[in-house]
Amino acid sequence: MARYYENTTTFNYSWEQVARGYWKRYPNPQSTHVLSEDTWSRQVKDGCLYTKRLLTKTNRVPKWGERFFSAKSVKIIEESVVDPDKKVLVTYTRNLGYTKVMSVVERVEYRPSGPGQTIAKRSAWIDSQVFGFSRAIRAFGLDRFRKNCNQMVSGFNHVLQGMFPRAPAAHAPPVAHALKEMREAAAAARATASALAPVQRS
Amino acid sequence: MNSIGEECTELKKKYDDCFNSWFSERFLKGDHDDSMCAGIFKVYQECVKKAMKQQSIDFKEVDKDVLGTDNEFKVPPSESSS
Repeated sequence: MARYYENTTTFNYSWEQVARGYWKRYPNPQSTHVLSEDTWSRQVKDGCLYTKRLLTKTNRVPKWGERFFSAKSVKIIEESVVDPDKKVLVTYTRNLGYTKVMSVVERVEYRPSGPGQTIAKRSAWIDSQVFGFSRAIRAFGLDRFRKNCNQMVSGFNHVLQGMFPRAPAAHAPPVAHALKEMREAAAAARATASALAPVQRS
Repeated sequence: MNSIGEECTELKKKYDDCFNSWFSERFLKGDHDDSMCAGIFKVYQECVKKAMKQQSIDFKEVDKDVLGTDNEFKVPPSESSS
């Protein structure tokens, strides 16, 4: 039996922003394990965009896992559908090869939830068919997946922040700038006043 | 981001730039004509396929569709609804 895992994440960006950011997720400071990313196929069908991408990632395994997983990198197929009318983005990811050792399937559904918010519902299935080790490998896979989830989210948020700077951050500089200008103007006025003062006195 | 084939990275960047502007400016605004990046995509694809062949990647496995087919894993029913 595959181990099943799910979680939900809210992004403080509109669905359109998340959909646009999705294609630019890599690289980000959290994605050093992603080595390459390529578009294998892409087409518009019935108003939806179907994409298949091939990713390669480094394969980090514990010492005991090296006898099963000697490969330094793993290839991943990512299928996705963007439905711009219903505002749904679904991604479905699976590893290519080594699926008997460990197969990780991830499905994520991004939908709008309230103004400027998008909810991502993530489901994952982790399986292994290595006789005598499947339980241990599944547990390891699940643990690694869970840890990677947080990194994925913070990496994606980093990219979104870069593309669509948040309102408070966008407003902060002008205010600071205005304050600085006011201070400078005040200082200039004081300087003028003190320069004029002796003149007026005499 | 790099392409799987080092020699394809420049083409990939050109294609990605084209795609990203098409996706934002056209597709999400209801224009579904995807011919805009077709030319650069074709050149980029040829490069990637060659690189993948050199790395002996199984094209059949890559071509296989799962999302939207019967092979797609289904979310198990939640405990509250069962």
